[in-house]
Amino acid sequence: MNGIHDMGGMHGLGPIDREENEPVFHHAWERRAFALNMAAGFLGDWNIDMSRYAREQMPPAEYLATSYYEHWLWGLERLLVEKGLLTRTEIEARVAELRRRAPR
Amino acid sequence: MSDHHDHDHSEEGSPLTETELRVRALESLLVEKGLVDPAALDALIDTYETKVGPRNGAHVVAHAWADPAYKARLLEDGSKAIAELGYMGRQGEDMVVLENTPKVHNMVVCTLCSCYPWPVLGLPPVWYKSAPYRSRAVLDPRGVLRELGVEVPEDVEVRVWDSTSEVRYLVLPERPRGTEGWSEAELAGIVTRDSMIGVAKVPAPARGARR
Repeated sequence: MNGIHDMGGMHGLGPIDREENEPVFHHAWERRAFALNMAAGFLGDWNIDMSRYAREQMPPAEYLATSYYEHWLWGLERLLVEKGLLTRTEIEARVAELRRRAPR
Repeated sequence: MSDHHDHDHSEEGSPLTETELRVRALESLLVEKGLVDPAALDALIDTYETKVGPRNGAHVVAHAWADPAYKARLLEDGSKAIAELGYMGRQGEDMVVLENTPKVHNMVVCTLCSCYPWPVLGLPPVWYKSAPYRSRAVLDPRGVLRELGVEVPEDVEVRVWDSTSEVRYLVLPERPRGTEGWSEAELAGIVTRDSMIGVAKVPAPARGARR
């Protein structure tokens, strides 16, 4: 199926921005999101194609507006819920709890 | 290495972003349920931040430049020859090596996402995963190469390889003139990541630049 992820041949997406001496990760959360994806993948409930398919379900406008590891995070949440490892309710409750506890 | 124990502030000391909150929520829930081990997460990060990277690929390329029999094996069965040097693992189960020559310039993209030969190049850079590169590498490869500083003459064929999760590609760049007699370590020192993706050439060394 085609979709926003199927970018080969699209026009108008702008110049290529190549960063010199680029770090492997740009933010601390990217490290954790990467490792969580790998470690959760090792549980064996899905394979690499299913991870990519999950990321591809992101709404197109959101996909274009977010970064690579945000795609990974979005896909991981979806897979964890689909496979019954976490529920949407407990994820949202934990996010809300962390937000309340975080400094403003 | 990791700052995940600092849960009170984001790295800039500003309020946590929604994304940071969500990552922390998932990690804390998965750890509580015993589904992931924080030490395993730290180990994964360390591996991909400090151990697996383009130095591995540079070693492979330099070895191929120095040893014609190895180069033949590398082009015949990339994964097997790469494993001879100890590089194997995830996202490199089936690697194909593409030789750049005076007549053929190979470049690699993953139009759908980000497939890349992790054991030899590490995790891909942001531009490789970006919409501009993914969209245009297959539409206007010569234009993309020019934008990235590589002018490919009209009589040189450009081949673009679209990666998949099954097959990942490593470009064997042309060995530059002026490196005759160099050791493998010296050769490895001039091989760049981008030359192994096929969006750069390995420049001929300036006189006296031997490392």
